[in-house]
Amino acid sequence: MNNVFVYCEIDKFTVEEVSFELLTKGRKLANELGVQLEAIAAGSGITGKVEKDILSYGVDKLHVFDGEGLYPYTSKPHTSILVNLFKKEQPQICLMGATVIGRDLGPRVSSSLTSGLTADCTALEIGDYDDRKSGKHYEGLLYQIRPAFGGNIVATIVNPDNRPQMATVRSGVMKAEKVAEYYNGEIVYHEVAEFVPDTDYVVKVLERHVEKASNNLKGAPIIVAGGYGVGSKEGFDLLRKLAEELHGEVGASRAAVDAGFCDHSLQIGQTGVTVRPKVYIACGISGAIQHVAGMKESGIVISINTDPEAPINQIADYVITGSVEEVVPKFIKSYKANSK
Amino acid sequence: MSLKIVVLAKQVPDTRNVGKDAMTPEGTVNRAALPAIFNPEDLNALEQALRLKESHPGTTVHLLTMGPPRATEIIREGLYRGADGGVLLTDRAFAGADTLATSYALSQAIKKMGMPDIVLCGRQAIDGDTAQVGPQVAQKLDLNQVTYVTNVDSVADGKITLTRSIDGGIERVEAPLPILLTVNGNAAPCRPRNAKLVMKFKRATAPMERPADGNIPYAEEYEKKPWLTVSQWSVADVDGDLQQCGLSGSPTKVKAVQNIVFKAKESKHLTGSDNDVESLVKELLDSHTIG
Repeated sequence: MNNVFVYCEIDKFTVEEVSFELLTKGRKLANELGVQLEAIAAGSGITGKVEKDILSYGVDKLHVFDGEGLYPYTSKPHTSILVNLFKKEQPQICLMGATVIGRDLGPRVSSSLTSGLTADCTALEIGDYDDRKSGKHYEGLLYQIRPAFGGNIVATIVNPDNRPQMATVRSGVMKAEKVAEYYNGEIVYHEVAEFVPDTDYVVKVLERHVEKASNNLKGAPIIVAGGYGVGSKEGFDLLRKLAEELHGEVGASRAAVDAGFCDHSLQIGQTGVTVRPKVYIACGISGAIQHVAGMKESGIVISINTDPEAPINQIADYVITGSVEEVVPKFIKSYKANSK
Repeated sequence: MSLKIVVLAKQVPDTRNVGKDAMTPEGTVNRAALPAIFNPEDLNALEQALRLKESHPGTTVHLLTMGPPRATEIIREGLYRGADGGVLLTDRAFAGADTLATSYALSQAIKKMGMPDIVLCGRQAIDGDTAQVGPQVAQKLDLNQVTYVTNVDSVADGKITLTRSIDGGIERVEAPLPILLTVNGNAAPCRPRNAKLVMKFKRATAPMERPADGNIPYAEEYEKKPWLTVSQWSVADVDGDLQQCGLSGSPTKVKAVQNIVFKAKESKHLTGSDNDVESLVKELLDSHTIG
């Protein structure tokens, strides 16, 4: 009872990386609270294929739901699993990925249980809370920390009275670390029909096309990222040239994506991809906190910006005050001249 | 078949174009510096609704928005594009609502509007980016839901076929009506305003937008043309339980809000001159940072 739960996302028979990241975080939270870590895995034909991987992140109890109609994911059956399991188990915390699935499932579950849910958290901590209105003191609450209001502020959200305290986290924000290759956790195979009424299987998936990501932003050692200051699609071609020279990848801020300079899949930040490259070259990026949330763990940050006061300069190791179209070609030229 | 459609739309501060004066010196948000706009993905949702109205004769499209009286602008923008009507849900008791309390209020209003075949809304609003209100409204009304919709492909025999975005790809799904759909920003953009409809509805207002002293300009026109009065509902109008509205209906509380202060690093400052760029590139190469 009152344990930390993680909903594991499973693509056919493979557990998604974001779930391992959340299990790692969940393990730490459970340790701090002195409770157990439990996990949920739901899919079709997953028995024997996912348990060991999930347990190895230090899961004390794994709930498996294996049944027809649970893959591909649709909203209602997975909602019923979580809602009915949570009514019995009364978790204090539930974490899920801020993925298409997690963002479809989380709110539906939170609404059923009238519990609070915070989306796209960038940090999770345990701490106390004093409610000024009621004068009540709460111990060991989950601090759900996220940028808000277009990234101009960072808010710490708590759910004092309702359980579970639910949060979604984007992939790449937390780090996955196994506890032990063979972790001795309990596995419970549930009878799906006891949790999911037949009437839940109403949405039929007719076709699915999933492609491997067209870029390798997450694993790239060098990223050349462009913001609104790049000015145009053509400006991004210049960044691509530089990235090609450096064997890196091109990324973008939300402002550049919204302006139509490049594809949405390149977006780095709270609502995009989180990256940890060795070198991050920010071209014409002002540095809204939403963007910084997705790149602050970069090794070396180089900022190229006409505005010497751009917020991103505060976290940059090198600040070049100048325009992108002027500096980037020079950068390419001297790299070519000196790299041999 | 004709359809009854409700579009949920929100007036939001334009957080995409935040200028330097967006924050006050005290570190609070300066709302006055941010223009209020129609939440972009809600416009994509409206377009899907209007297309269904065209392809299914007899279909009605009504907007529902919750906010202060000035949010009536959202309803007008919908009317200018072809919506049949709209409801402004406004009451001090709704203030301070998190997503759960918001979805409660909206679902109560939808019940009063009469259960629709399709509820459409944007995937998320740009001021919160939570993507929670759609699925929560669906749950409260016990509706099926499909999120991240990029196109409504067809509606026939009580079933709807949709294309949606999923991580790394697309999916086509079929689901029975009634249903709630959240629409993605990469769906078709919304049509522009129609000049004739702008003429027809430019004076459409909610009662709370009109002068309280009874000295209402164009009062005669409002009497003759009922479509110029936008429905305006309070908590009581939608049988709202005060415990589930606004701050008291919100399980999430904001513990702290911090203005962003980056931890300053010791940064090296360079100009864009040939010499400076060259020396930087050399330094990075020498330290094997690049190359």
